[in-house]
Amino acid sequence: MQLTGAEIVIRCLQEEGVEYVFGYPGGAVLNIYDALFQQDQVKHVLVRHEQGAAHAADGYSRSSHKTGVCLVTSGPGVTNAVTGIATAYMDSIPMVVITGQVPTHAIGQDAFQECDTVGITRPCVKHNFLVKDVAQLAVTIKKAFYLAQTGRPGPVLVDIPKDVTQALAEYSYPKTIALRSYNPVTRGHAGQIKKAVQLLQEAKRPMVYAGGGVVLNNASPQLTRLVRLLGFPCTNTLMGLGGFPGTDPQFTGMLGMHGTYESNMAMQGCDVLLAVGARFDDRVIGNPAHFYRSDRKIIHIDIDPSSISKRVKVDVPIVGYVAEVLEEMLKLIESSPHRPDAQALKDWWVQIKEWQRKDCLKYDRKSALIKPQYVIEKLYEITGGDAIITSDVGQHQMWVAQYYPFDRPRRWINSGGLGTMGFGLPAAMGAVLANPGATVACVTGEASIQMCIQELSTCKQYHLPIKIVNLNNKYMGMVRQWQQFFYGNRYAESYMDALPDFTKLAEAFGHVGMKVEQPGDVEGALREAFKLKDRLVFLDVITDQSENVFPMVPGGKGLTEMILAEEL
Amino acid sequence: MRHILSILVENEAGALSRISGLFSARGYNIESLTVAPTEDPTLSRMTIVTVGSDDVVEQITKQLNKLVEVVKVIDLTDGNHIERELMLVKVRAAGKDRDEMKRLADIFRGRILDVTDKSYTIELTGTGSKLDAFLQAIEPGVILETVRTGASGIGRGERILRA
Repeated sequence: MQLTGAEIVIRCLQEEGVEYVFGYPGGAVLNIYDALFQQDQVKHVLVRHEQGAAHAADGYSRSSHKTGVCLVTSGPGVTNAVTGIATAYMDSIPMVVITGQVPTHAIGQDAFQECDTVGITRPCVKHNFLVKDVAQLAVTIKKAFYLAQTGRPGPVLVDIPKDVTQALAEYSYPKTIALRSYNPVTRGHAGQIKKAVQLLQEAKRPMVYAGGGVVLNNASPQLTRLVRLLGFPCTNTLMGLGGFPGTDPQFTGMLGMHGTYESNMAMQGCDVLLAVGARFDDRVIGNPAHFYRSDRKIIHIDIDPSSISKRVKVDVPIVGYVAEVLEEMLKLIESSPHRPDAQALKDWWVQIKEWQRKDCLKYDRKSALIKPQYVIEKLYEITGGDAIITSDVGQHQMWVAQYYPFDRPRRWINSGGLGTMGFGLPAAMGAVLANPGATVACVTGEASIQMCIQELSTCKQYHLPIKIVNLNNKYMGMVRQWQQFFYGNRYAESYMDALPDFTKLAEAFGHVGMKVEQPGDVEGALREAFKLKDRLVFLDVITDQSENVFPMVPGGKGLTEMILAEEL
Repeated sequence: MRHILSILVENEAGALSRISGLFSARGYNIESLTVAPTEDPTLSRMTIVTVGSDDVVEQITKQLNKLVEVVKVIDLTDGNHIERELMLVKVRAAGKDRDEMKRLADIFRGRILDVTDKSYTIELTGTGSKLDAFLQAIEPGVILETVRTGASGIGRGERILRA
């Protein structure tokens, strides 16, 4: 059957079971939009800025494990989407980005709305394609989905010139695809797995450190079983929160720059470290030279060989899908009579409990000002700890990570790698659409929210009942905190002057706005907001301007060189 | 440490910039890079000479393998290998220098490809250090122009890189 390139694009998306495409039309994608218009299987969500399209597709994927799809036009459509693509790339989110391009004969001629899309996006995608021949279109889209979803996931971009979307070709969608140059190792090496299990069984001060790979690979059940079977302490990275239940007594809280005292001390003090789907990045282990200990053995499971021994040398590397590797390890442990030294493990827990007594997340509960931590605790209570929470980037993001224990994966949606302000609201749109009926809240700050605030209009159009909790301290809080600690209180450009009246702004977009200024009003306002199930509510919460995120490991310092609240 | 990486890569538009982009983005060195299609026109073979610690070179190899279009990567310097580079040198060859230049080219097993009454163009093949030695052996003043391909390499004996 002969179809136009545009029809082929849509047929491929239907074939992949794509429910939603987040996008914005323009000249180079008009043919594709025309084909989209003439069917009703794939629904389109019209964002207000292409950055929002990429973040929404990303949030859709993170909250559902499906592949997010976005569609933008050439030139500025692409460059606007780049921030969103880079965000997804840094956090390994499976996404397919379809971009229009000027007609093939105009490429390189500096045509209207032309840019070198494949060149611009090359460093921030897993792979990208420019399709110059309509006969290659279907197979290329198949490759894009396959690449996005397998191995270490990531965004894949398909750039399609306008004449290719017009041209006719015989359509058939390949069922499977094989690429000779792409064969990720998915099964862990049996010998290495055996070695790892042996190390775990001999451990006296073990620690489990699990990251976003556990969430991405749906390996939570296996991780949870393993940690409980062994009785080991477990920490999660920012990206891994929910990968192990946050309320489990074996959970020691997040680790890293703003991790708990006990997690960071245990990371440093353990004798066997099991790293699962995590990459020892700078915000997690601080200075690698300080982190190094000759008497600690490290086991590292990851799908990406290049993540292993990149910043920290490991003793037992295991490349493979973490869920499968953990399953293999569980089999070995369950069938073996050996268990770790119970007395040693007990002593280790005594040590960890002692570290926990520092109570590193305490804050002033009697303050006359609204403490942001208190707002998050109340949010946790009111949502029963089971909302999908998206966030932007900064202090508020860390406070959610610290004060909202996630018991399930894919409930905590944030930009960990790239640290993209403006991510929260569009990501929440994707999360609502992927999880009909779920409670979705976006915790943000007055600086971040303004970076993609135009999406309030999209939320109105599609009736997306997100609850926005704006922790408004009139500062770019994390910038202000660094300026206070490391720049002699010189608050260069971190004060947000001339803020809009967010209540009125929300109302102008057709939503409900509320302002909260007293600690005593926080709970009531939150309850009221979450009762309005079918409305978007913008809660503008005026918080203590001077509050900081503790503990804090200053940049370049070792993991145990933490600044604690009481030390200031 | 100097390493010679041999890379089999899909012969597709953009593959070269993906590889060179990886080196610049991650701050790795490229001393030289050569590339041409193989006997199978769908594949290109690339030789990259780089300098770095073993850890860095291990990362480079892993990062290269991660690129979707890269079929295989080996570090030739891990084992026995042959390395060759081709250089064309245009030298001044007039008067008393003319015979001397011819003799020197012979000693280095160079071939004179082009002759004018004032110059020779000499082709020289060998390891990079042999080519360096030739350039050092002649007076700097007589060199008019040089062009080098950068190293190509292949494993010795049974060591074979195929898709």
